[in-house]
Amino acid sequence: MENNNSAKIKNENASLNGNDKNNKDNGMMRGRGFKFGDDISTDLIAPGRYFHLRSNMAELAKHVLEDADPGFASKVKPGDIVAGGRNFGLGSSREHAPAIMKIAGVGAVLAKSFARIFFRNSINIGLTVLICDTDKIDEGDMLEIDLRKGVVRNLTKNLEIRFNPLPEVMIKILSDGGLVDHIIKNKGFNL
Amino acid sequence: MKTITEKILSSHAGRDVRAGDIAVVDVDIVMAQDGTGPLAVSQIKKLGFSKVANPAKSIFFIDHAAPSPRKELSDSHKVLRDFAKESGARLSDIGEGVCHQILVESYVCPGDVVIGADSHTCTSGALGAFATGMGSTDIAVGFALAKTWLLVPQTIKVNFNGKLGKGVYAKDLIIYLIGKITADGATYKALEFSGSVSSGLTIEDRFTISNMAVEAGAKAGIFAADETTNRYLGQRGRAECFKEIRADEGAKYEAEIDIDCTEVEPMISMPHTVDNTMPVSRIDKVKVDQVLIGTCTNGRLNDLKIAAGILKGRKIAEGVRLIVAPASRIVYLEALRAGIIETLIESGATVISPGCGPCVGIHQGILGDGEVCLSTQNRNFKGRMGNPDAFIYLSSPATAAWSAVRGFIADPREAL
Ligand code: SF4
Repeated sequence: MENNNSAKIKNENASLNGNDKNNKDNGMMRGRGFKFGDDISTDLIAPGRYFHLRSNMAELAKHVLEDADPGFASKVKPGDIVAGGRNFGLGSSREHAPAIMKIAGVGAVLAKSFARIFFRNSINIGLTVLICDTDKIDEGDMLEIDLRKGVVRNLTKNLEIRFNPLPEVMIKILSDGGLVDHIIKNKGFNL
Repeated sequence: MKTITEKILSSHAGRDVRAGDIAVVDVDIVMAQDGTGPLAVSQIKKLGFSKVANPAKSIFFIDHAAPSPRKELSDSHKVLRDFAKESGARLSDIGEGVCHQILVESYVCPGDVVIGADSHTCTSGALGAFATGMGSTDIAVGFALAKTWLLVPQTIKVNFNGKLGKGVYAKDLIIYLIGKITADGATYKALEFSGSVSSGLTIEDRFTISNMAVEAGAKAGIFAADETTNRYLGQRGRAECFKEIRADEGAKYEAEIDIDCTEVEPMISMPHTVDNTMPVSRIDKVKVDQVLIGTCTNGRLNDLKIAAGILKGRKIAEGVRLIVAPASRIVYLEALRAGIIETLIESGATVISPGCGPCVGIHQGILGDGEVCLSTQNRNFKGRMGNPDAFIYLSSPATAAWSAVRGFIADPREAL
């Protein structure tokens, strides 16, 4: 899993399509938690001053979440998990925001709630996003996500947090490997 | 009995749909801009398409970094120009203006479904369309198939009643509303604006309000298409596309919010969130370094006219930079012909080319460390104007103009 992800970081043309196979195979993900507050905007995730790097996502990913946590890009390891508060991803429609989180190695984003466009974009590019109570997660906690059972296990604190299942349509898109693959496979929408 | 959203989405789904349904709908207008367009183009190609489904209503806008301030962006612009040619899509190049303004001026009709790779696509809801922002991949599919999928949203009805006081504008109403319901108060929902004040608002005022619906998390911000809409389309030479659209009596709303506009004062949003609101009269003295009048929220003719009314015969304060960005070429020309631009320049304003200007922090007015900007834009997130160590306040054009004169955030009622 780690090899696959770090290879992706180096790959300039890191693919935006396709679900992380490694996650899906057994429905389990494990990583360190990075804690953020409410209202983490797309400006904090992918600052506008790096607009010119949008055509070079591997470079842009080096600035991921920079304005919320300046050291994040250098600390994050493949498979790590971002835990935010309310309204994660509010702001612009830039798909680059979830895309560079994925390219930087973020395995999943947990939040109490998501802004609509960010949530949809994440599913489209195959970044796992889950709605759950993140109050019981602190920076550095080891987390394990069991997609099948619908729980996040905080291994550090030894407790379980349930998450809401994804809407049926989104599961279909995710399991087809993102929206582009869904459309190619079904020759159009099949939701 | 349907809400406006349910009516429009039913007619585009080919069946009766209600809030909560998932629907694949036909799309009338699809657009992307220079920040989101290049990724959309690569996704269209991945889908295996080289043409767009509906060329006359597929538009790529070069407005966010226009004219280009650096070579990487020039290359992105080239991607859009080339793809527009190849695919048959329309291209709106530098100098034409901000995407959302051009959409309402020249493309959107009442009853349309509009999707755009820009969060403020909800602006077009002011014409009685269902218009919503999405990301590049969704938009790529929209370009290729002229279809998208949607969860039909619940609607929150916002009743603006009472009377607007002196110095209080549409911008103050929407800032007030967002302060009340918060930045995620309408997430996944459509806002439908109603009440006596709403029906009396000009179309430009409605654009301002619909534009900021997304700042409350909303999927769409819709006004009924009425006589005001009809007049506007007529002025734009598009009378034939008018049709009346309103909600049915007895339509089901998830909630209703009543705002007595008589109580609303000139408002501001303070750093670093739009829902951090306060009446201008109640804030401490905040010195401003830069004032921006423009953007897809408040860069229209009437906005510039209100600002010029305040700035006429006055000079901006020493140490203040006033930047004016007309929302479109049409606005720019009309403002020139009406002498508005002359007044603004005489007062000390710097007028820049139609487009997004410094709104998204790429060029033309990036803030310095610790600087304060008062802007008529829609968003004040940390880092928005190119510097995470700067502070952005939001207001109406009247408050912005008067503050530029005073040198600190000031109540426009003092000038009227
Ligand atoms: S003016 Fe600002 S908010 Fe409007 S489209 Fe341009 S960058 Fe976005």
